[in-house]
Amino acid sequence: MAQRTALYQVHVDAGAKMVDFGGWDMPLNYGSQIDEHHIVRKDAGQFDVSHMTVVDLHGAQTLDYLRHLLANNIDKLASVGKAMYSCMLNEQGGVVDDLIVYYLGDTDCRVVVNASTREKDLKWMGTQAAGFDVELTERADLAMIAVQGPNSREKFAATLSASERDQAMALGKFSAAAIGDLFVARTGYTGEDGFEIMVPGDAAAKLWRKLNEQGVANCGLGARDTLRLEAGMNLYGQDMDEATSPLISGLTWTIAWDPDDRHFVGRDVLEKQRSDGVDSKLVGLVLEDRGVLRHGQKVITADGDGIVTSGSFSPTLGKAIGLARVPKGAAESAHVDIRGRQLAVRFVRPPFVRDGEAKI
Amino acid sequence: MSEIPSELRFAESHEWARLNDDGTITIGISDHAQSQLGDLVYVELPEVGDEATAGDAIAVVESVKAASDVYSPISGEIVAVNDDLADAPERVNESPYDDGWLYSVQPASEGEYDAMMDSDAYAESLDDE
Repeated sequence: MAQRTALYQVHVDAGAKMVDFGGWDMPLNYGSQIDEHHIVRKDAGQFDVSHMTVVDLHGAQTLDYLRHLLANNIDKLASVGKAMYSCMLNEQGGVVDDLIVYYLGDTDCRVVVNASTREKDLKWMGTQAAGFDVELTERADLAMIAVQGPNSREKFAATLSASERDQAMALGKFSAAAIGDLFVARTGYTGEDGFEIMVPGDAAAKLWRKLNEQGVANCGLGARDTLRLEAGMNLYGQDMDEATSPLISGLTWTIAWDPDDRHFVGRDVLEKQRSDGVDSKLVGLVLEDRGVLRHGQKVITADGDGIVTSGSFSPTLGKAIGLARVPKGAAESAHVDIRGRQLAVRFVRPPFVRDGEAKI
Repeated sequence: MSEIPSELRFAESHEWARLNDDGTITIGISDHAQSQLGDLVYVELPEVGDEATAGDAIAVVESVKAASDVYSPISGEIVAVNDDLADAPERVNESPYDDGWLYSVQPASEGEYDAMMDSDAYAESLDDE
Protein backbone atom coordinates (compact mmCIF):
# COMPACT_ATOMS: atom_id res chain seq x y z
CA MET A 1 0.00 0.00 0.00
CA ALA A 2 1.14 3.52 -0.78
CA GLN A 3 2.46 5.66 2.05
CA ARG A 4 0.30 8.45 3.40
CA THR A 5 1.34 11.84 4.72
CA ALA A 6 -0.02 13.35 7.93
CA LEU A 7 -2.42 15.33 5.73
CA TYR A 8 -3.92 12.37 3.85
CA GLN A 9 -7.34 12.56 5.51
CA VAL A 10 -7.46 16.33 5.04
CA HIS A 11 -7.02 15.85 1.29
CA VAL A 12 -9.65 13.14 1.07
CA ASP A 13 -12.11 15.27 3.06
CA ALA A 14 -11.42 18.19 0.70
CA GLY A 15 -12.37 16.03 -2.29
CA ALA A 16 -8.86 15.65 -3.70
CA LYS A 17 -8.17 13.31 -6.57
CA MET A 18 -5.49 11.10 -5.02
CA VAL A 19 -2.80 9.46 -7.13
CA ASP A 20 0.30 7.39 -6.55
CA PHE A 21 3.39 9.58 -6.60
CA GLY A 22 6.67 7.77 -6.03
CA GLY A 23 5.04 5.36 -3.59
CA TRP A 24 2.99 8.06 -1.85
CA ASP A 25 -0.75 8.61 -2.06
CA MET A 26 -0.81 12.31 -2.95
CA PRO A 27 -3.41 14.88 -4.11
CA LEU A 28 -3.20 15.53 -7.87
CA ASN A 29 -5.83 18.26 -7.70
CA TYR A 30 -8.91 19.31 -5.73
CA GLY A 31 -11.02 20.00 -8.83
CA SER A 32 -9.26 22.06 -11.49
CA GLN A 33 -5.49 22.00 -11.61
CA ILE A 34 -5.49 25.04 -13.91
CA ASP A 35 -7.50 27.07 -11.39
CA GLU A 36 -5.05 25.98 -8.69
CA HIS A 37 -2.16 27.10 -10.89
CA HIS A 38 -3.64 30.56 -11.44
CA ILE A 39 -4.42 31.05 -7.77
CA VAL A 40 -0.74 30.55 -6.88
CA ARG A 41 0.32 33.09 -9.53
CA LYS A 42 -2.25 35.63 -8.34
CA ASP A 43 -2.97 34.99 -4.65
CA ALA A 44 -1.96 32.08 -2.41
CA GLY A 45 -2.08 28.30 -2.48
CA GLN A 46 -0.80 25.50 -0.27
CA PHE A 47 0.75 22.18 -1.24
CA ASP A 48 1.38 19.11 0.87
CA VAL A 49 5.02 18.26 0.21
CA SER A 50 5.44 16.03 3.26
CA HIS A 51 6.54 13.19 1.00
CA MET A 52 9.89 14.93 0.56
CA THR A 53 12.76 13.60 2.62
CA VAL A 54 14.23 15.73 5.40
CA VAL A 55 17.62 14.75 6.80
CA ASP A 56 19.32 16.50 9.71
CA LEU A 57 23.10 16.50 9.87
CA HIS A 58 24.93 16.91 13.15
CA GLY A 59 28.57 16.63 14.13
CA ALA A 60 31.91 18.41 14.26
CA GLN A 61 32.59 17.67 10.58
CA THR A 62 29.15 18.48 9.18
CA LEU A 63 30.55 21.23 6.95
CA ASP A 64 33.53 19.15 5.80
CA TYR A 65 31.08 16.43 4.85
CA LEU A 66 28.96 18.83 2.80
CA ARG A 67 32.06 20.30 1.12
CA HIS A 68 32.71 16.73 -0.03
CA LEU A 69 29.11 15.74 -0.86
CA LEU A 70 27.75 18.78 -2.70
CA ALA A 71 28.66 20.36 -6.04
CA ASN A 72 27.65 23.74 -4.64
CA ASN A 73 29.70 25.13 -1.76
CA ILE A 74 28.20 25.23 1.73
CA ASP A 75 30.72 27.97 2.59
CA LYS A 76 28.61 30.37 0.52
CA LEU A 77 26.10 30.27 3.38
CA ALA A 78 27.51 32.85 5.73
CA SER A 79 24.73 33.21 8.27
CA VAL A 80 22.55 30.82 10.25
CA GLY A 81 19.30 29.94 8.49
CA LYS A 82 20.55 30.57 4.94
CA ALA A 83 19.59 28.01 2.31
CA MET A 84 21.15 26.90 -0.95
CA TYR A 85 20.20 24.72 -3.92
CA SER A 86 22.73 22.06 -4.89
CA CYS A 87 23.19 18.78 -6.68
CA MET A 88 24.95 15.83 -5.18
CA LEU A 89 26.85 13.96 -7.86
CA ASN A 90 28.14 10.45 -8.34
CA GLU A 91 31.77 9.71 -9.26
CA GLN A 92 30.83 9.96 -12.96
CA GLY A 93 29.51 13.51 -12.51
CA GLY A 94 25.88 12.38 -12.88
CA VAL A 95 23.22 13.80 -10.58
CA VAL A 96 22.27 11.51 -7.68
CA ASP A 97 19.69 14.10 -6.63
CA ASP A 98 19.07 17.80 -6.30
CA LEU A 99 18.38 19.25 -2.87
CA ILE A 100 18.10 22.26 -0.62
CA VAL A 101 20.55 22.57 2.25
CA TYR A 102 19.99 24.86 5.25
CA TYR A 103 22.94 26.07 7.27
CA LEU A 104 21.97 26.01 10.93
CA GLY A 105 25.44 26.34 12.46
CA ASP A 106 28.90 24.83 12.07
CA THR A 107 27.77 21.49 13.49
CA ASP A 108 24.21 21.40 12.14
CA CYS A 109 22.63 21.49 8.71
CA ARG A 110 19.33 20.32 7.29
CA VAL A 111 19.00 18.78 3.85
CA VAL A 112 15.76 18.22 1.91
CA VAL A 113 15.93 15.70 -0.94
CA ASN A 114 13.28 14.26 -3.23
CA ALA A 115 10.69 11.67 -2.26
CA SER A 116 11.09 9.27 -5.17
CA THR A 117 14.85 9.06 -4.55
CA ARG A 118 14.66 8.65 -0.76
CA GLU A 119 16.22 5.22 -0.42
CA LYS A 120 19.14 5.68 -2.77
CA ASP A 121 19.81 9.16 -1.38
CA LEU A 122 19.94 7.98 2.23
CA LYS A 123 22.21 5.14 1.18
CA TRP A 124 24.46 7.45 -0.84
CA MET A 125 24.63 10.09 1.88
CA GLY A 126 25.41 7.38 4.42
CA THR A 127 28.19 5.89 2.31
CA GLN A 128 29.74 9.28 1.66
CA ALA A 129 29.66 10.08 5.39
CA ALA A 130 32.28 7.42 6.10
CA GLY A 131 35.30 8.99 7.74
CA PHE A 132 33.46 12.18 8.70
CA ASP A 133 32.31 13.04 12.19
CA VAL A 134 28.70 13.56 11.14
CA GLU A 135 25.45 11.91 12.09
CA LEU A 136 22.51 11.68 9.67
CA THR A 137 18.97 11.58 11.05
CA GLU A 138 15.93 11.30 8.82
CA ARG A 139 13.07 13.47 10.08
CA ALA A 140 10.07 11.40 9.05
CA ASP A 141 8.25 12.98 12.01
CA LEU A 142 8.00 16.26 10.10
CA ALA A 143 5.28 17.15 7.61
CA MET A 144 5.91 19.91 5.10
CA ILE A 145 3.52 22.48 3.68
CA ALA A 146 4.52 24.83 0.86
CA VAL A 147 2.53 28.09 0.92
CA GLN A 148 3.14 29.92 -2.33
CA GLY A 149 1.92 33.00 -4.14
CA PRO A 150 2.12 36.80 -3.90
CA ASN A 151 -0.19 36.91 -0.84
CA SER A 152 1.05 33.71 0.79
CA ARG A 153 3.47 35.25 3.28
CA GLU A 154 0.89 37.59 4.77
CA LYS A 155 -1.70 34.83 4.92
CA PHE A 156 0.65 32.44 6.64
CA ALA A 157 1.84 35.15 9.04
CA ALA A 158 -1.79 35.77 10.03
CA THR A 159 -1.89 32.26 11.53
CA LEU A 160 0.94 33.15 13.97
CA SER A 161 1.20 35.11 17.21
CA ALA A 162 2.30 38.76 16.94
CA SER A 163 5.96 38.14 17.74
CA GLU A 164 6.17 35.06 15.52
CA ARG A 165 4.53 37.05 12.73
CA ASP A 166 7.34 39.60 12.76
CA GLN A 167 9.91 36.81 12.66
CA ALA A 168 8.27 35.21 9.65
CA MET A 169 7.84 38.45 7.72
CA ALA A 170 11.46 39.42 8.42
CA LEU A 171 12.83 36.30 6.70
CA GLY A 172 14.82 37.11 3.58
CA LYS A 173 14.64 35.08 0.39
CA PHE A 174 16.30 31.68 0.76
CA SER A 175 16.41 32.08 4.54
CA ALA A 176 14.84 29.96 7.26
CA ALA A 177 14.20 30.13 10.99
CA ALA A 178 12.64 28.04 13.72
CA ILE A 179 9.42 29.79 14.70
CA GLY A 180 7.68 28.06 17.60
CA ASP A 181 7.27 24.41 16.58
CA LEU A 182 7.72 25.31 12.94
CA PHE A 183 10.75 25.50 10.69
CA VAL A 184 9.88 28.21 8.20
CA ALA A 185 11.89 28.72 5.00
CA ARG A 186 11.33 31.38 2.38
CA THR A 187 11.84 28.95 -0.48
CA GLY A 188 9.65 27.20 -3.02
CA TYR A 189 9.22 25.42 -6.31
CA THR A 190 6.71 27.64 -8.10
CA GLY A 191 8.53 30.82 -9.15
CA GLU A 192 6.46 32.78 -6.64
CA ASP A 193 7.31 34.17 -3.24
CA GLY A 194 6.26 32.08 -0.26
CA PHE A 195 7.31 29.70 2.46
CA GLU A 196 8.04 26.02 2.84
CA ILE A 197 7.05 25.10 6.37
CA MET A 198 8.15 22.02 8.24
CA VAL A 199 5.70 21.16 10.98
CA PRO A 200 5.41 18.22 13.39
CA GLY A 201 3.18 15.64 11.71
CA ASP A 202 0.52 15.78 14.43
CA ALA A 203 0.19 19.55 14.04
CA ALA A 204 0.06 19.60 10.24
CA ALA A 205 -3.70 19.27 9.76
CA LYS A 206 -4.35 22.14 12.15
CA LEU A 207 -1.94 24.43 10.31
CA TRP A 208 -3.47 23.41 6.94
CA ARG A 209 -6.96 24.35 8.15
CA LYS A 210 -5.74 27.63 9.62
CA LEU A 211 -4.25 28.49 6.24
CA ASN A 212 -7.58 27.61 4.60
CA GLU A 213 -9.28 30.00 7.01
CA GLN A 214 -6.92 32.76 5.83
CA GLY A 215 -8.03 32.13 2.26
CA VAL A 216 -5.14 29.94 1.13
CA ALA A 217 -6.41 27.54 -1.55
CA ASN A 218 -5.61 23.82 -1.62
CA CYS A 219 -3.36 22.95 -4.55
CA GLY A 220 -2.24 19.56 -5.81
CA LEU A 221 0.88 18.15 -7.37
CA GLY A 222 -0.55 18.73 -10.86
CA ALA A 223 -0.40 22.50 -10.41
CA ARG A 224 2.96 22.16 -8.68
CA ASP A 225 4.39 20.64 -11.87
CA THR A 226 3.09 23.33 -14.26
CA LEU A 227 4.21 26.05 -11.84
CA ARG A 228 7.75 24.70 -11.53
CA LEU A 229 7.99 24.22 -15.29
CA GLU A 230 6.91 27.81 -15.96
CA ALA A 231 9.51 28.85 -13.38
CA GLY A 232 12.13 26.96 -15.40
CA MET A 233 12.98 24.65 -12.53
CA ASN A 234 14.27 21.16 -13.27
CA LEU A 235 12.48 18.03 -12.10
CA TYR A 236 14.76 15.24 -10.94
CA GLY A 237 14.34 12.05 -12.97
CA GLN A 238 13.08 13.96 -16.00
CA ASP A 239 15.39 16.89 -16.69
CA MET A 240 18.43 15.34 -15.06
CA ASP A 241 19.40 12.02 -13.54
CA GLU A 242 22.42 9.87 -12.70
CA ALA A 243 23.44 9.69 -16.36
CA THR A 244 23.44 13.44 -16.99
CA SER A 245 25.92 16.01 -15.79
CA PRO A 246 24.78 19.38 -14.42
CA LEU A 247 26.67 20.90 -17.37
CA ILE A 248 24.11 19.50 -19.83
CA SER A 249 21.15 20.04 -17.49
CA GLY A 250 21.09 23.82 -17.21
CA LEU A 251 22.65 23.54 -13.75
CA THR A 252 26.17 24.86 -14.34
CA TRP A 253 25.26 27.81 -12.10
CA THR A 254 24.94 25.43 -9.15
CA ILE A 255 28.55 24.23 -9.35
CA ALA A 256 31.02 26.02 -7.09
CA TRP A 257 34.38 25.71 -8.92
CA ASP A 258 36.11 27.89 -6.34
CA PRO A 259 38.14 27.09 -4.37
CA ASP A 260 40.09 24.83 -6.77
CA ASP A 261 41.12 22.45 -4.01
CA ARG A 262 37.59 21.51 -2.85
CA HIS A 263 37.38 17.95 -4.13
CA PHE A 264 33.64 17.32 -4.13
CA VAL A 265 32.35 14.02 -5.50
CA GLY A 266 32.28 14.09 -9.32
CA ARG A 267 34.55 17.13 -9.62
CA ASP A 268 37.21 15.40 -11.75
CA VAL A 269 34.69 14.44 -14.41
CA LEU A 270 33.09 17.89 -14.40
CA GLU A 271 36.49 19.56 -14.76
CA LYS A 272 37.21 17.40 -17.79
CA GLN A 273 33.81 18.17 -19.31
CA ARG A 274 34.41 21.83 -18.64
CA SER A 275 37.75 21.88 -20.48
CA ASP A 276 36.80 19.47 -23.29
CA GLY A 277 33.33 20.95 -23.75
CA VAL A 278 30.01 19.09 -23.68
CA ASP A 279 27.92 18.07 -26.68
CA SER A 280 24.46 19.03 -25.48
CA LYS A 281 22.54 21.60 -23.46
CA LEU A 282 19.16 22.06 -21.82
CA VAL A 283 16.96 24.76 -23.37
CA GLY A 284 13.46 26.07 -22.87
CA LEU A 285 10.91 25.41 -25.63
CA VAL A 286 7.80 27.28 -26.63
CA LEU A 287 5.38 25.65 -29.05
CA GLU A 288 3.80 28.35 -31.20
CA ASP A 289 1.32 25.93 -32.78
CA ARG A 290 -1.55 24.26 -30.99
CA GLY A 291 -0.63 21.05 -29.18
CA VAL A 292 1.12 19.97 -26.01
CA LEU A 293 4.79 19.22 -25.47
CA ARG A 294 5.43 16.02 -23.50
CA HIS A 295 8.39 14.30 -21.88
CA GLY A 296 10.07 12.01 -24.42
CA GLN A 297 9.06 13.74 -27.66
CA LYS A 298 11.79 14.03 -30.29
CA VAL A 299 13.28 17.45 -31.02
CA ILE A 300 14.59 17.81 -34.56
CA THR A 301 17.30 20.44 -35.09
CA ALA A 302 19.74 21.23 -37.91
CA ASP A 303 22.50 19.89 -35.63
CA GLY A 304 20.85 16.58 -34.80
CA ASP A 305 18.03 15.27 -32.66
CA GLY A 306 17.26 16.12 -29.07
CA ILE A 307 14.53 15.14 -26.61
CA VAL A 308 11.86 16.94 -24.61
CA THR A 309 12.70 16.28 -20.95
CA SER A 310 9.70 18.12 -19.45
CA GLY A 311 6.68 19.33 -21.34
CA SER A 312 3.23 20.58 -20.48
CA PHE A 313 0.71 23.28 -21.12
CA SER A 314 1.49 26.61 -19.51
CA PRO A 315 -1.71 28.00 -17.98
CA THR A 316 -0.14 31.46 -17.63
CA LEU A 317 1.06 31.71 -21.24
CA GLY A 318 -1.79 29.71 -22.78
CA LYS A 319 0.56 27.59 -24.86
CA ALA A 320 2.74 24.53 -24.53
CA ILE A 321 6.20 24.92 -23.02
CA GLY A 322 8.96 22.52 -22.17
CA LEU A 323 12.58 21.84 -21.41
CA ALA A 324 14.65 19.88 -23.91
CA ARG A 325 18.15 18.47 -24.18
CA VAL A 326 19.47 19.38 -27.63
CA PRO A 327 22.85 19.39 -29.42
CA LYS A 328 25.11 22.13 -28.08
CA GLY A 329 25.24 24.01 -31.39
CA ALA A 330 21.50 24.01 -32.00
CA ALA A 331 20.27 27.56 -32.43
CA GLU A 332 17.02 29.37 -31.77
CA SER A 333 14.45 27.03 -33.26
CA ALA A 334 13.62 23.44 -34.06
CA HIS A 335 10.73 21.09 -34.66
CA VAL A 336 9.12 18.67 -32.26
CA ASP A 337 7.56 15.43 -33.45
CA ILE A 338 4.07 15.20 -31.96
CA ARG A 339 2.26 12.06 -33.11
CA GLY A 340 4.03 12.13 -36.48
CA ARG A 341 3.53 15.84 -37.13
CA GLN A 342 6.51 18.16 -36.96
CA LEU A 343 5.58 21.37 -35.17
CA ALA A 344 7.81 24.44 -34.86
CA VAL A 345 9.27 25.32 -31.45
CA ARG A 346 11.27 28.35 -30.41
CA PHE A 347 14.17 28.12 -27.95
CA VAL A 348 13.97 30.41 -24.95
CA ARG A 349 15.97 30.91 -21.82
CA PRO A 350 13.92 29.83 -18.78
CA PRO A 351 12.19 30.96 -16.63
CA PHE A 352 9.03 31.29 -18.69
CA VAL A 353 7.18 32.99 -15.83
CA ARG A 354 8.48 34.53 -12.61
CA ASP A 355 6.59 36.41 -9.90
CA GLY A 356 3.36 36.31 -11.88
CA GLU A 357 4.85 37.77 -15.07
CA ALA A 358 5.63 36.23 -18.44
CA LYS A 359 9.37 36.39 -19.11
CA ILE A 360 9.44 35.23 -22.71
CA MET B 1 -21.34 10.73 -9.34
CA SER B 2 -20.99 11.62 -13.00
CA GLU B 3 -23.87 12.54 -15.26
CA ILE B 4 -25.12 9.91 -17.74
CA PRO B 5 -27.93 11.15 -20.03
CA SER B 6 -30.45 8.38 -20.74
CA GLU B 7 -30.95 9.25 -24.43
CA LEU B 8 -27.31 8.52 -25.32
CA ARG B 9 -25.38 5.35 -26.09
CA PHE B 10 -21.92 4.67 -24.67
CA ALA B 11 -18.73 2.80 -25.49
CA GLU B 12 -16.52 0.97 -23.00
CA SER B 13 -13.76 3.45 -23.79
CA HIS B 14 -16.06 6.26 -22.50
CA GLU B 15 -17.24 7.85 -25.75
CA TRP B 16 -20.91 8.75 -26.09
CA ALA B 17 -23.04 8.71 -29.26
CA ARG B 18 -26.23 10.63 -30.05
CA LEU B 19 -28.46 9.57 -32.96
CA ASN B 20 -29.65 12.76 -34.66
CA ASP B 21 -32.93 13.19 -36.57
CA ASP B 22 -31.07 13.32 -39.92
CA GLY B 23 -29.47 9.93 -39.27
CA THR B 24 -26.02 11.29 -38.45
CA ILE B 25 -24.43 10.40 -35.12
CA THR B 26 -22.65 12.88 -32.87
CA ILE B 27 -19.76 11.66 -30.73
CA GLY B 28 -18.18 13.02 -27.56
CA ILE B 29 -16.58 11.79 -24.36
CA SER B 30 -18.53 11.09 -21.19
CA ASP B 31 -18.65 13.20 -18.06
CA HIS B 32 -16.76 10.41 -16.31
CA ALA B 33 -14.01 10.52 -18.97
CA GLN B 34 -13.54 14.30 -18.80
CA SER B 35 -13.43 14.14 -15.02
CA GLN B 36 -10.75 11.45 -15.11
CA LEU B 37 -8.66 13.42 -17.62
CA GLY B 38 -8.84 16.72 -15.76
CA ASP B 39 -8.59 20.15 -17.39
CA LEU B 40 -8.38 19.75 -21.15
CA VAL B 41 -5.99 22.08 -22.94
CA TYR B 42 -5.97 20.71 -26.49
CA VAL B 43 -8.28 18.69 -28.71
CA GLU B 44 -7.11 17.23 -32.01
CA LEU B 45 -10.07 16.44 -34.27
CA PRO B 46 -10.44 14.69 -37.61
CA GLU B 47 -11.36 16.67 -40.73
CA VAL B 48 -14.72 16.68 -42.44
CA GLY B 49 -14.58 14.03 -45.13
CA ASP B 50 -12.25 11.72 -43.17
CA GLU B 51 -13.38 8.13 -42.73
CA ALA B 52 -13.84 6.84 -39.19
CA THR B 53 -13.46 3.14 -38.45
CA ALA B 54 -15.16 1.79 -35.35
CA GLY B 55 -12.61 0.99 -32.67
CA ASP B 56 -9.83 3.09 -34.22
CA ALA B 57 -8.38 6.28 -32.78
CA ILE B 58 -10.00 9.25 -34.48
CA ALA B 59 -9.23 12.17 -32.16
CA VAL B 60 -6.93 13.08 -29.27
CA VAL B 61 -7.91 14.92 -26.12
CA GLU B 62 -5.05 16.33 -24.07
CA SER B 63 -5.29 17.43 -20.49
CA VAL B 64 -2.49 19.18 -18.64
CA LYS B 65 -1.54 15.73 -17.43
CA ALA B 66 -1.63 13.51 -20.50
CA ALA B 67 -2.85 12.85 -24.04
CA SER B 68 -5.64 10.29 -24.59
CA ASP B 69 -6.95 8.80 -27.77
CA VAL B 70 -10.64 8.95 -28.60
CA TYR B 71 -11.83 5.80 -30.35
CA SER B 72 -14.66 6.18 -32.81
CA PRO B 73 -17.55 3.91 -31.76
CA ILE B 74 -19.04 4.28 -35.26
CA SER B 75 -17.67 3.73 -38.78
CA GLY B 76 -18.49 6.23 -41.50
CA GLU B 77 -17.70 9.59 -43.02
CA ILE B 78 -17.02 12.58 -40.76
CA VAL B 79 -19.68 15.19 -41.61
CA ALA B 80 -19.00 17.81 -38.92
CA VAL B 81 -16.37 18.65 -36.30
CA ASN B 82 -16.61 20.98 -33.32
CA ASP B 83 -14.19 23.71 -34.41
CA ASP B 84 -14.99 25.81 -31.34
CA LEU B 85 -12.89 23.41 -29.26
CA ALA B 86 -9.69 24.75 -30.88
CA ASP B 87 -10.01 27.93 -28.83
CA ALA B 88 -12.02 26.49 -25.96
CA PRO B 89 -11.04 22.89 -25.20
CA GLU B 90 -12.37 23.41 -21.66
CA ARG B 91 -15.90 23.11 -23.09
CA VAL B 92 -15.39 19.35 -23.02
CA ASN B 93 -14.96 19.63 -19.23
CA GLU B 94 -17.76 22.10 -18.72
CA SER B 95 -20.33 20.58 -21.07
CA PRO B 96 -19.27 17.11 -22.18
CA TYR B 97 -22.67 16.19 -23.67
CA ASP B 98 -23.49 19.52 -25.32
CA ASP B 99 -21.02 22.28 -26.22
CA GLY B 100 -18.19 19.79 -25.78
CA TRP B 101 -19.24 17.42 -28.60
CA LEU B 102 -16.32 16.30 -30.79
CA TYR B 103 -17.56 15.28 -34.25
CA SER B 104 -20.49 13.88 -36.21
CA VAL B 105 -20.39 10.90 -38.51
CA GLN B 106 -22.66 9.59 -41.28
CA PRO B 107 -22.83 5.95 -40.17
CA ALA B 108 -21.90 3.32 -42.72
CA SER B 109 -24.31 0.87 -41.07
CA GLU B 110 -26.92 0.84 -38.32
CA GLY B 111 -25.60 -2.05 -36.30
CA GLU B 112 -22.74 -0.29 -34.52
CA TYR B 113 -24.94 2.27 -32.79
CA ASP B 114 -27.45 -0.35 -31.69
CA ALA B 115 -24.68 -2.48 -30.24
CA MET B 116 -23.44 0.30 -27.93
CA MET B 117 -24.32 0.32 -24.22
CA ASP B 118 -27.39 2.18 -23.06
CA SER B 119 -27.08 4.55 -20.10
CA ASP B 120 -27.97 1.89 -17.52
CA ALA B 121 -25.36 -0.52 -18.82
CA TYR B 122 -22.77 2.27 -18.91
CA ALA B 123 -23.58 3.30 -15.34
CA GLU B 124 -23.14 -0.32 -14.30
CA SER B 125 -19.79 -0.56 -16.10
CA LEU B 126 -18.57 2.51 -14.20
CA ASP B 127 -19.54 0.90 -10.92
CA ASP B 128 -17.36 -2.06 -11.81
CA GLU B 129 -14.30 0.11 -12.47
